[in-house]
Amino acid sequence: MGFLDYFRSEKKRSASLAKERLQVIVARERGHRGGPDYLPALQQEILGVIRKYIEVDDDAVRIQVEREGDCEVLELNVTLPED
Amino acid sequence: MARIVVVTSGKGGVGKTTTSAAFAAGLAQAGHRTVVIDFDVGLRNLDLIMGCERRVVYDFVNVINGEANLNQALIRDKRVDGLEILPASQTRDKDALTFEGVEAVLTQLAETHDYIVCDSPAGIERGAHLAMYFADDALVVTNPEVSSVRDSDRVLGLLASKTRRAEQGEPPVSEHLVVTRYAPSRVGKGEMLSVEDIREILSIDLLGVIPESTAVLNASNAGVPVILEDKTDAGQAYADVVARYLGEQREHRFLDEKKGLFGRLFKG
Ligand SMILES: Nc1ncnc2c1ncn2[C@@H]1O[C@H](COP(=O)(O)OP(=O)(O)O)[C@@H](O)[C@H]1O
Ligand SMILES: [Mg+2]
Repeated sequence: MGFLDYFRSEKKRSASLAKERLQVIVARERGHRGGPDYLPALQQEILGVIRKYIEVDDDAVRIQVEREGDCEVLELNVTLPED
Repeated sequence: MARIVVVTSGKGGVGKTTTSAAFAAGLAQAGHRTVVIDFDVGLRNLDLIMGCERRVVYDFVNVINGEANLNQALIRDKRVDGLEILPASQTRDKDALTFEGVEAVLTQLAETHDYIVCDSPAGIERGAHLAMYFADDALVVTNPEVSSVRDSDRVLGLLASKTRRAEQGEPPVSEHLVVTRYAPSRVGKGEMLSVEDIREILSIDLLGVIPESTAVLNASNAGVPVILEDKTDAGQAYADVVARYLGEQREHRFLDEKKGLFGRLFKG
């Protein structure tokens, strides 16, 4: 890698990092959208409960509301650490 | 019947007022009777950008409160035929605008205009909600920067749920992305999100890209909507936006960096 390429690839990361972070947060916020206002708080509490037993990341709990016909389904995903 | 277009963004300072002034002036230039309304109660600014600040006597809130009629409050643009502005009030009372009041004014304006452009305040509170509530179309103004993109996505959520069209189960507000303050050279260096990135994240149709340009500051200093400065890059980019909105096919411009000597040397 040449001297200039080095700088170029360092900088490349800045915009692509922004894009990655946006994709994650936007997907999460869309999941909560239209759902009840208590979702973020519920998510935090569930995270707290899980943490009494296992160490997990901040984004280990994903929660979203799906509409299926007349039903609303609360979908909860918990990612456990590998080891 | 008029079409109501809201210029919105969530985040402040991204170019909503600049865009509202340019877009409204462009529609009027194309022969459409257009009125642009400043919804930013408390912070009147559109009048300055349009260069009519000294002609403001009555405002939007005066009309809603019945203290003046519409004809007394509307200011006719001196440069472009068929362009009028309805200034915001400088009252500190944020509740001065009511749903019923806004609806009554819009209904009356719709009888005599083809387009009603609503310049939204920042935020997602009452003022922004009112500005978008009656809209048929939305220009979502976004800067290539993380917080602006995220706020735009939230605004898209509101357009899809908290508008008259959404509540009454009508066809949704049609959403158009306008990326402003775009600096192609910084995108080229990987420092700034590209138009493609933004469009991919927000997944809405791209109406246009306005480059970061000194022409915008110059035009605002002079109180001229930048679209009237038709030799400038930003002015031409806004003219493209209006033409595309009105159904014309136009290539996107100002997406590539003007390569200076250095650019040419290094990129070969
Ligand atoms: N394309 C552009 N290039 C350079 N400066 C811009 C551009 N668009 C907007 N600005 C500047 O950004 C600032 C905020 O613009 P404004 O239209 O008032 O935003 P908003 O209404 O969203 O708060 C102003 O100083 C304006 O001159
Ligand atoms: Mg503004």
